[in-house]
Amino acid sequence: MKRAIAGSLESNDVLITVKESNCLNITVKSIVYDFFHREIEKVIRDTLAELGIDKIDVVCEDKGALDYTIKARLLVAIARMEGQK
Amino acid sequence: MKNSIGRFVPQQFKPFVSSSDYNNHKRKLIDEKKRTDGFTMLQSVSDMFDKLNITDGMTLSFHHHLRNGDFVLNAVAEEIKRRDIKNLKLAPSSIFPSNAILVELMENGNVTDIYTDYVNGPVAEAISKGKLKGMCVMHTHGGRPMAIESGELHIDVAILATPTVDAKGNGTGFIGKSACGSMGYAESDLRYADKVVLVTDNMVDSIESPQLDGSYVDYVLKVDAIGDPNGIVSGTTRITKDPVGLKIARDTTALLDELGMIKEGLSMQTGAGGTSLAVAYYVKQRMLEKGIRGSFASGGITGYFTDMLEENLFDELFDVQCFDLKAVQSIGKNPRHHAMSGSRYANPFDDNVVDKLDFVILGATEIDLDFNVNVTTDSHGKIMGGSGGHSDTAHGAKVTVITTNLIKSRLPIIKEKVTTVTTPGEDVDVLVTERGIAINPRRTDLLEKVKNSKLPVFTMQQLLEKAHSITGQPDTLKLSDQPVGVVVYRDGTVIDTLYKTN
Amino acid sequence: MRRSLLFIPGNNPAMLQNSDVFGSDAVIFDLEDAVSVTEKDSARTLVGEFLKQTHDMPMEIVVRINGLDTQYYPEDLETVVSDKIDTIMLPKANVEYLNQLDKLLTKIEKDKKMTKKTGVLPIIELASSVLEINEIVRCPRVNGVLLGAEDLSSDLEVERTKTGNEILLPRMQIAYACAALKIDAIDTPFTDTNDMEGLEHDCRFVSNLGMNAKAAIHPNQIPTINSVFVPTAKAINWALRVEAASRQAAEKGLGVFSLDGKMVDKPVIMRAQKILLKARRYNLIDDNGGVL
Repeated sequence: MKRAIAGSLESNDVLITVKESNCLNITVKSIVYDFFHREIEKVIRDTLAELGIDKIDVVCEDKGALDYTIKARLLVAIARMEGQK
Repeated sequence: MKNSIGRFVPQQFKPFVSSSDYNNHKRKLIDEKKRTDGFTMLQSVSDMFDKLNITDGMTLSFHHHLRNGDFVLNAVAEEIKRRDIKNLKLAPSSIFPSNAILVELMENGNVTDIYTDYVNGPVAEAISKGKLKGMCVMHTHGGRPMAIESGELHIDVAILATPTVDAKGNGTGFIGKSACGSMGYAESDLRYADKVVLVTDNMVDSIESPQLDGSYVDYVLKVDAIGDPNGIVSGTTRITKDPVGLKIARDTTALLDELGMIKEGLSMQTGAGGTSLAVAYYVKQRMLEKGIRGSFASGGITGYFTDMLEENLFDELFDVQCFDLKAVQSIGKNPRHHAMSGSRYANPFDDNVVDKLDFVILGATEIDLDFNVNVTTDSHGKIMGGSGGHSDTAHGAKVTVITTNLIKSRLPIIKEKVTTVTTPGEDVDVLVTERGIAINPRRTDLLEKVKNSKLPVFTMQQLLEKAHSITGQPDTLKLSDQPVGVVVYRDGTVIDTLYKTN
Repeated sequence: MRRSLLFIPGNNPAMLQNSDVFGSDAVIFDLEDAVSVTEKDSARTLVGEFLKQTHDMPMEIVVRINGLDTQYYPEDLETVVSDKIDTIMLPKANVEYLNQLDKLLTKIEKDKKMTKKTGVLPIIELASSVLEINEIVRCPRVNGVLLGAEDLSSDLEVERTKTGNEILLPRMQIAYACAALKIDAIDTPFTDTNDMEGLEHDCRFVSNLGMNAKAAIHPNQIPTINSVFVPTAKAINWALRVEAASRQAAEKGLGVFSLDGKMVDKPVIMRAQKILLKARRYNLIDDNGGVL
C-alpha cells in the first residue's frame, strides 16, 4: 500500500499523511479543532476534488496552519505518493 | 442577573457597575487582628494543625511569593489529606502547576472553595472541570487586600512562608536560602487573619526594617526548606527573541513617544512577559537618547528595571513581588528599591501606586470590539491565568496599552466578544499588534495626538477583519451554563462568570 | 529603489505568514539555501500556494529559485512565476545563465498571459561573476545585483570577516557597475543577527562605498538597514534649500547661483534632487516640508 507524508508538526504547520485506499477517509486532528475543523476539512475535500481523487486516506495533524499551508502539504503528500514506484 | 456589560452574575454576588463605581462607596475596614506579646514555636506541620485547631470549614490563606518553588502550601495540603479535614476554603494569592496536590483535595471534598488572583496548571484544569463543590472566586491583586480588610474574605489562619524570621517574629523575603524579595501579597493576611503562622527555613536574631511586623505573628514553624530556589525566581528574565514580539514592542515604543508619554518624570509598569520586557528595553533606549529620567516603575520587578534604577533612569522602584534573582539582590541593597504591600500597590481604597502610573504595558489572551480583555481563560473558557494586577493597573494608569500578536496558532486574538471579561474595555486604551494599532474611541485625546503620525492606526473592527482575512472566520463555541467560579473586579463586584468545560 | 530585502525560508509557514509585517522594501522567498534537498518540492508548493492567496502585500515580492546548474529550477519557475511576484533572484549568476533565464521567463510570461514583466536580481557569488559584472548588469531584466559574500569567500578560499576586507573589491565593482546603469547595488547579509552595532557599521561602510541596499537574514535587522540607506536629516535639509534656491534662480533666469557662499550648478542640483526623491519615497519629509 503506497503511503507518503508532507509537512511537519512545527507551529503553524500541518503534517499530512496520505495512503492509498478504496474509499474516502479524512481524519482531522487540530489544536484549533473547535474553531476550524470544518474549514480544514473543506480545504482537504476541495483540493482532492480539484485533483479528481475520490478514494484516499488522509490524516491531518494540524498545528494551526492556514488554508494555503494545508493545501500545499496535501498536494506534496499526494505527489510524493504518486511518484513512488 | 446580568451586570452592566451584559455578563451573567450568580445570585449571591454583586454585579459589576463600572470601573470607577468604587468612588461611590466608602472604604470598609474591620479591626486588625490582636497584637501578640511574642510568638510560640511550632514543632511540625501536624503540631500546627493541633495548636491552631484547624478543622472542617475553616479558611486558610497563603501567598505566592515562592511561586512555582513553594513547599508550604503543598505541605499543608498533605496534612489536610492525612487528617481528611473537610469543606475547607483556601485563599492562596496565586496557584501554580507545582500545587497539583490540591486537585485531589478538591475531588475528596477536603477543599470546596478557592479564593485566588491567578491559577494555572492542573488546579486550573480541575476547577474548569467542575471539581470544586463550591466556587472559585478570582480576585485582582488590589481586590484581594480590599476583600480581606473589609471582612468579605475572612481568614481563620494565614500560613505565610517567610524566607527569614527573627527572634521577635519579624519576617523578610530579602535574605535567606529561599529569598524571594518583596512579600507584598502577604501583608493583608498578616494584619487581618485571626491567627498568623510564619513558616521559615532561616531564623536570625534580628532583621533590619522587616516587611512583616512580628507583633502580628502568633506562631513560627521552622522547617528544613520552605521552597526550591530554582522555582522561586527564574535565573534571568529575558526579552523575547520572537521578531513579531519585537516588532510589536518597537511600535509600542514609537506610539508612546508620539503620545508624549516618554518624558521627564515618567512612571511606568510592564509585565514580565517577553514582549512587555522588550517594550521596557526600547523605552529605555528612547530615554537614553532623549536624556530623560523617570520617577518610578512599579509592580512585579525584574532585573531590567533594577538595571534602569542603577543607571539612574528611575528615581524609585515600588516592588510588590520580585520576578528574578537580580530583583531579589537589588531590593536588599538599593535604598531606592522599595517593597510595597498589595494594598499599597493596587487596593482601590488605599493611597495606591497604580493610580500614579503614566502608562502600563499589559498582555491579553483575547480582546474584543468593546476593548474588554480576557487574561483569565482560553477561548474554550478553560481557566489558565487570572487578572493578577491587570485590571488594577489598567484602571490606575493614564494610558493602558495591550500588546499581543494579532493571531496565535490561527486563532485571532480579537473577538467580537471575549470568552471571559477580566478587565473592562472602559479601562483599556490602546491595542498594539504586528498588523496595526487600535485606540479606544473613548480616548479622543489619544486619537487626536496620533492623527498626523505615520503610525498604522485602525479601528478594532478593521483589525478584526484583517485577522479574519488571514485565518478565516472561526466557528463560535457555546459555553456550558454551569458556573464553576466568578471573576471578581477589584471593587468586589462580579464582572464575569467562569463556566464548566470538558 | 530598495533599502532592505528580507530573506524568508520558503518551507517555513510561520515565517511566510508574517513576512509582510517587518517593513522591508522587498521580501525574498527562498527556495535555495534555506531549503534542504529533500524538501525542495514542499517549499516550492508552499510558496506557490502562499502567493496565490496574497492580495495586498505592500512590498516587492522576490523569489530566490535554485540555480540553473541544478535540477530544480524548471519546476521552481513554473510554480512561482506569475503576476503575484515582481522579481526572480538567481543564485550563482553569470551572463550565460542570465540570458537563459530571460528566455525561460519570456516563455512563461507568454504561456501564462501575464501582464507583468518579471525582473531579475543576480547574485554575484563566484569570482568569475565578479569579473564579468559589467556584462551582468547589462543582461535583460536585471534591475539590481546582490553580492553573495559567503559563497564568494569560499570560492576565493578566504575567511569571511566582519571587517570585510576580503570583499572590498566586489563591493566597489558592484557599486560602480550598478551606479552606471542606475540600478540597485545590494550588499551581502550581515550574518551575526545579535550584533546590531556591527550591522549598522557594516551598512554605513557600504553605503559610503556607493551601495544602496542590504539583504537581511533576520527581521530584527530591517529597522537598522532602513535607517542607514536613506539620506540623513542634514542632507535632506540641505537638499530642500537647494531645491528652493534653484526654483528662485530659475524664476530669475539664472543657471548658476550660490548658496551659503558655495556655487550651485547642475550636478549639485541633481544630487539634491536624488536625495529628495529618496526622502519623499520613504516619507521622511512631512506635509509642511519638515524633516521627520
